[in-house]
Amino acid sequence: MNRVRIGNGCGFWGDNLDAPIRLAATGKLDYLTLEYLAELTMSILAVQKAKDPNVGYATDFIDVLSRFTTTLNLLPKLKIVTNAGGMNPHACAAAAREILTKGGLPEKAIAVVSGDDIMPQLDELIATGHELKHLDSGDPLSTIRSKVVSANVYLGAKPIVDALKLGADIVITGRVADASLTVGPAAFEFGWGFEPSDLDRLAAATVAGHLIECGAQATGGLWINADDSTRLGNVGYPIADMAVDGTFNIMKPPSTGGAVNIETISEQLLYEVADPAKYYTPDVVADFTTVRLKETDPDVVAVSGSKANGITDTYKVSIAYRDGYMAAGTLVIAGPHAVEKARESAAIFLERLRRAGFTFAASHVEILGTGATVPGVLKFDHEPPEVVLRIAMRDPIRASIERFTKEFAPLVTAGFPGTTGYTTGRPPVREVFAYWPALIAKSAVTPSVTLI
Amino acid sequence: MKLPLSKIAHGRSGDKGNHANVAVIAYTDVGFAWLRDKLTAEVVATYFAPLGATRVERFEAANVRGLNFVLYDALAGGASSSLRTDTQGKTLAVALLRMPFDVPADPEALVRPV
Repeated sequence: MNRVRIGNGCGFWGDNLDAPIRLAATGKLDYLTLEYLAELTMSILAVQKAKDPNVGYATDFIDVLSRFTTTLNLLPKLKIVTNAGGMNPHACAAAAREILTKGGLPEKAIAVVSGDDIMPQLDELIATGHELKHLDSGDPLSTIRSKVVSANVYLGAKPIVDALKLGADIVITGRVADASLTVGPAAFEFGWGFEPSDLDRLAAATVAGHLIECGAQATGGLWINADDSTRLGNVGYPIADMAVDGTFNIMKPPSTGGAVNIETISEQLLYEVADPAKYYTPDVVADFTTVRLKETDPDVVAVSGSKANGITDTYKVSIAYRDGYMAAGTLVIAGPHAVEKARESAAIFLERLRRAGFTFAASHVEILGTGATVPGVLKFDHEPPEVVLRIAMRDPIRASIERFTKEFAPLVTAGFPGTTGYTTGRPPVREVFAYWPALIAKSAVTPSVTLI
Repeated sequence: MKLPLSKIAHGRSGDKGNHANVAVIAYTDVGFAWLRDKLTAEVVATYFAPLGATRVERFEAANVRGLNFVLYDALAGGASSSLRTDTQGKTLAVALLRMPFDVPADPEALVRPV
């Protein structure tokens, strides 16, 4: 193949359910990638799987697939690569198989990439000297071992290549680096290896994967200069059209809203990046500072110049551990004097809990409408006609957080005039899964590929 | 003379665990040279001081006229544990772009070309 077209139709679990189908229908794609796993999604899925061994994957993917079979019938060559497998890629693949069979596509080959879940070997790994130190604090994982609920390695593109070599039409993975969902198809189609001589091309595909992994964020979503003429309501999702040397164009399907230009691509290039000269992935360390962008056509940006900056002998590990409970609730308070009334309402709220004998590890009061999303930084002196009072609490004791959630309603009758917006009931209590990033030697991890 | 930073730069922000990154991208080469000189890590650290970051580091991506600021420990625990509405630092870029910023007497070469 001289070129490969890879489109990303899902940037996170919760993204628009119609986007993958619309992108595949009009994008002339070779590959559709779908990305579902945020940093802490795995912990939530791990808890689900502990209760029911048949769940623990991104169920949105099955929903998408069930409405996608008609389109797939018309696009027999289209392949799908997704990390929807989450904590349970085999169960996800079984559910996908059922949907495909019902949709008249029983012959589709599904491959599962696993081996990212190191929870079963965690004690053995620690015992054999893998300390899994917190990347920031340097503390060894043993300090919180008993609270750990999930531990997943970010695998790279190589097992995806292996799955495609086995003839997979659909590749379902657990935790894989987001960019690797794009690197895998490119490396497979162009016959790239993972040797030092391949690193610049892997870096180029990594840049492509990074640019499209968040879906519409490459095509006008979050763009600082977006306005009504950007037509975000009909935003097209991004496509990387790549050549064998790793240069590529970012574009979107014709007749869609959104925008692809130097500004949208520059913003996304630096999104969630620390040192842009060292973007670490399991496949390569990519240098984003060598990348050249050029607008070649309306809504087309050509990307070239990508270079590698080495390769690591470690994988990143995303670990989640139980860290108490939290809840957040809101009330709307209308003026006059909305801000003062909200501030005093919060004081009453906190005083009542104190009087009832409850203390909390952490609490946070926001008066939204006054610059509270960036607390203390943005200051406004105007008087808004109404504000949202939001109070959030965290504590190791669940009962304390439950009591906290019961203090919102009383203010609707016992608070200040203009208090409203209490219609959704008591806010839910949720368990906190704190994030523990670490590294592990690649030699300690064995990715696995199974055709089902 | 001061203009909002948004007149001479655009940007985007996000999270990595409890750290936030704020990318500031100049509209012109002249503007990038100006920002490189004036928009230091210290200036950004001072502006965002109430967030309680332990340290601010600046990286350059001159190829896109970009300065990337990493605000360490700025998210009150990050996506999982933070009690804030904006647990992921999504609003930090638009907040920084509101900053009144010193510009030359004739700022035309710095602002977004029409």
